[in-house]
Parts: sequence; C-alpha cells; structure tokens
Amino acid sequence: MEFFIQILIAAVAMGTPLLFATLGGVISERAGVINLGMEGLMLVGALVAFVVMLNTGNYFYAVAAAAFASGIVSMIHGIVCLMLRASQIASGLALTFFGTGLSGLFGDKLMGETVEPLSRIPIPGLHTIPVLGPVLFNQDVIVYFSYICVALSWWLLFKTRIGLNIRSIGEAPEVCDSLGLSVLSYRFFAVVGGGMLIGIGGAYFPLALTPFWVDGITAGRGWIAVALVIFAFWDPLKALGGAYLFGLALALELRLQILGIDMSPYFLKMLPYVLTILVLTLVTIRNNRRGIQVMPAALGKVFFRGEKH
Amino acid sequence: MRKLISIIISTTLTMLLVGGSAWAAKPSVGFIYVGPVGDGGWTHAHDLGRKALEEAGHKTYFVESVPEGSSEGPILKMARKADIVFTTSFGFMDPTLKVSKKFPDKTFLHCSGFKQSKNMGNYFGRMYQAKYLAAIIAGGMSKKGRIGIVGSQPIPEIIRHINAITLGAQQSNPNIEVEVLWINSWFDPAKESDAAQALIDNGADVIVTMADSPATVQTSKKNGVYAIGNDTDMAIYGKEAHLTAAVWNWDVYYLEAVKSVENGTWKAGSHWWGLDSGIVGLTSFHPDVPQSLIVQMNREKGRILSGTMDVFDHGFTKQDGTRVTKPLNDGEMLGMMYYVKGIISKVPSG
Repeated sequence: MEFFIQILIAAVAMGTPLLFATLGGVISERAGVINLGMEGLMLVGALVAFVVMLNTGNYFYAVAAAAFASGIVSMIHGIVCLMLRASQIASGLALTFFGTGLSGLFGDKLMGETVEPLSRIPIPGLHTIPVLGPVLFNQDVIVYFSYICVALSWWLLFKTRIGLNIRSIGEAPEVCDSLGLSVLSYRFFAVVGGGMLIGIGGAYFPLALTPFWVDGITAGRGWIAVALVIFAFWDPLKALGGAYLFGLALALELRLQILGIDMSPYFLKMLPYVLTILVLTLVTIRNNRRGIQVMPAALGKVFFRGEKH
Repeated sequence: MRKLISIIISTTLTMLLVGGSAWAAKPSVGFIYVGPVGDGGWTHAHDLGRKALEEAGHKTYFVESVPEGSSEGPILKMARKADIVFTTSFGFMDPTLKVSKKFPDKTFLHCSGFKQSKNMGNYFGRMYQAKYLAAIIAGGMSKKGRIGIVGSQPIPEIIRHINAITLGAQQSNPNIEVEVLWINSWFDPAKESDAAQALIDNGADVIVTMADSPATVQTSKKNGVYAIGNDTDMAIYGKEAHLTAAVWNWDVYYLEAVKSVENGTWKAGSHWWGLDSGIVGLTSFHPDVPQSLIVQMNREKGRILSGTMDVFDHGFTKQDGTRVTKPLNDGEMLGMMYYVKGIISKVPSG
C-alpha cells in the first residue's frame, strides 16, 4: 500500500508541470492559436524562476517572475502570428528554439548553484483521508496552486462571458468580429495568459523537482504537453486527469522495474503519445457520428479582418 | 616580359601556398554533443576537453543536444568547417562513418563505438576501472548494505559499469545488494531524481548514477544518504552526499589525438585508454570516508595501474550463477549484456 501511494505521489509531482503547461495550451488553443513553443516557454520559466529564487529566496517572487517572463516571450508569438499573420506552427517552433537557446545562454553561469526545494505542507483535515490525502493534500504550494488554476480556467472558459467569447473566437472568428468582438485582442491575451501558465509549469522544475539549473532541465516535457492539450480535448478538467495519467506513466516506468515486471521501456515511453492518438481517434469517430466537433474549428487558421469567404 | 611576369606571379603564388600551409593555423576541431554543454555531466566533461584544445590554440566548434537519430546533418555541416570532428555519443557511430567517407581529407573520431574507416577512428576510456574504485568507497559507506544505481540506457557500456560497481562494492562489503532502475534516457533530471527517490524508498543508502545530470546527488542530499557522481565532479550540487565521482578527463586524450593528426602520425584505430593515462579518475573524497577505506581503494588502484589486475580478469560469478574464470578480452567487455552476482534486478529485455 505504501508503495502504491508512493507511485501516486510521484505521479502528481511529475504531472504538475505538465498540468500547468497543458492548461496554458488549452486557453491559447481555445482562442484558436496553436502554441508549439511550450518547451521553450517552460525553459524560460524554469530559468527565470531559478535565478529569482537564487537571489531572493522567495518562492512567490520566483513563480511570479517565471510567469511574467514567459508571458513576455509569448508576446513574441502573439505579435508574429496574430499581428503579422505568420504561420502559428512556424512561430511556435521558433519560440521553442528561442527559449531553449536563451535559457542555455543565460543559464551558463548558473552551473553548480542550488536552491532549497519547496517543502510539502499538509492541508489540515484533508491530508488524513486514506490514499487521496497523502497523494493530493500533502504536497507543496505550487501543486495546490495548480488545483486553483484548473478550477479557475474551467470557470473562466465555460462559466463567464469572457470564456464564451474566447471559445467563440476559436470557433468562428469572422462571426465574432462582425459582432464587434476584438478577435486579435482576445487571442493575444489568451496566448499571453496561456504562456504565463506554461512558464509556471517550467518553474516547477527548479523550485520543486530538481532544485538546481542544468541546460534543458525540462527534458522535452513541453512536447508531451503539446500532445496533452489534444488528449484533454481542450478542457481544463480533462487536462487534470490527463496530466496525472501521463505523470503516472513516467512514475510507473521506474516502479514497475522495482516490482520486477519486465515491460519494454520503449512501450512505456510511447504510451503518452499512443494514448493521445488512440483517444483522439475514438472520440473523433464518436463525435463524427453525432456531428459534434471538439477541436476549435478555427485552430491554427490565420484571421484576416473583413475578408470575404 | 609577359613570361617574366607570369613566372613572378606563379612563384609568388606558390610561395604563398607553401608558406600558407606551413604557417597555417593549427587544425580546427569540431564536436558533436548528444546533450547540452551545461548538463553538468557527460557533455560538460567533453566540453572541458574542447576548452583545453581552445587554450592550446585550436579553433573549435561544437553543436549541442544533437539527437542520436538525426545526427548526420549536423556531422556533415561540422565536417565542412572543421578539420577534425569528434562525435561523442554511441548513436553517432553510423552517421559519422557515412560522413567520413564523403570527406576523405578530414579526420573523424567517434567516442565509445567500434566502426572504423580510413579516416575514422574510435576512442574511449576504461571508465569501468574508475567506477570499480569509486564503488569500493560506496560499498564501505553503505550501512544498510544496499546500493541503488540509476541506469541510463541499457547498453553494454552501462551494464559493464554497473557490473564493475558491483564487483568493486563487494571488495569492501561482500554481501552488498545492488538494485538498478533504468530511466531509459541519457538526460532527464526530473526522472533521474524520481528514480533515486524510488531506490532510496526501497532501502538503498548509497546512490550511484549513470545518467548525465546531478539530480541524483541532490536527491540523495535531501534524503540524507550518500551518492557517487558521474562523469564530472558533482560535489557542488550536494557536498553533504557526494562521496566521490568517477570522472572523465578528456583533455588528456583530445590534446594527444589532435597533435597526432597535426603531425601526420594519426592512424585509424581504436583507442581505449585506461586509468594509467589519466583519462578517467576519481575526485576528492567526502570527509566521512574513513582512511582505511581509502587505503583499501588505493591498493586496488595500484594493482590496476601496475597492470597486475583489471576488473574483469580475475574471475567472477554471473547473476545466473555461472562462473567466469577466463579474463575477459575487450570484445567481450564491449558486448557485456548480463549482470554479475550481487545485483538483485534483472537485465531489461528491451
């Protein structure tokens, strides 16, 4: 039982950066903008969080600075693909290379520095619940903050006027435009806001998981998050489940070995991606039968104001 | 008159050419790295070697984080500008071979592989000797009698190192148990850290890593257990935990190899340098390590240095109980795909 709980604790820890990045991706893509720059944004967030933590010793400043910095960097994505109308795919990829290079350049001087990792704070009353208590309610503050972010982004997207507008713009920007909504400003804010969440996901690495700086500290998690956004069907609540499921896959790969279960590492490594393709296929088939479209209809499409169709 | 001018011009040109080659700058050197130079481990160690070349007056180039699966392009581009190209990961072997045939006037050196051509050689160090010595310290420092190893990719090189660690630890603690967890990656700090945590939770009190980042040292520090660093000195990431590290000193080899190319004495071949060359070694020890243990380690070190003993030449028992009595040759060591007795995990079937 102890062993089982340890697996789940590790799954939540591994899933938390994925969760933030996925939420960021969901918000951006709901407004119709693909962000393939997640890996780069996470690295920028990780670097800035580490530097600020090193200099101030304050976790709050570190997280805020990470969000701010990756928000600024995602503005580049916004300007390039919204205002200059370049390809979102190309701009996103460029953002990844940019973030990777930038963090490597400035991280060069940080080798050997370490910070104190976040400690776990049990939530009174809740942490004694069997299984769920130690797994969900004996974590660090960033994990608790991720729960709030899930709830907030779900509420924002599905329960508010702003969310309705964001989703509508992701479906039919021309219609929204004719109704007087500013497509570009909504999209810009979705990209920047999403980028800030992605940066917090990156910040989780040096603040909690690996409290030092090494180049490429996120080791490709940004790409898993790109898949997770699709896996979660652009829904913050499903993102929660998806991120923990993928975190579980990462944690299981190691624990299955302890149990002496010989499972191919290649199989476990491809699991997140296979699951994404599988779920996408199944749900698409089901939805096609019912005539529902889940993917934002205008996702990735360049919006030209006043263009006739 | 015109003839005279043309003679003068051609003589000048010839002199320039001859003189130019005689005064030519030292050969330029390019490196293809599998990880980022700031990984604090494997690639960082190679990059220290590159910096030594730079200091010796060579123009150097490098590309970092080159995926093993798509390395041919970067190697090709490097071959266009550098005279000597070092490719520093096992998976770069076949692409290096392919590119070496397209650039017969350049020299290619591939780290840790075995394929060669007229202008491509291999090089590596007998890291297993340093791991063996480090493990003597690890075995002696484990109170619970259990060492946890964070494995990177399950290939013969790493399995050889794990076996050397087990045999070394048995020198100071004959009943030592060794558990191995594979992260199936060369570099993934979060997963390395999680693997170390899982091993510690399962009873290990000395963690040895085969992966490239210092994450395991940091995790060991957090849990109050000891760790052995990999490839570069990782003490700065947790000196409370860091017993010692088995490290690469690539500058020893790089300076020598580049010099031989410069002098025209280089020949394709396989260089597998040992502890005696200084290419591998140990860093300074944790203050907790008792003098008696260091003496024991030094005795073994002396035997390896004098050539009276090597790790796999004086008999050992495989995990399945079969006894190996004949000394292993390099080929057998390069193809090692089994564990020795003392390791409680199983070799992954992949």
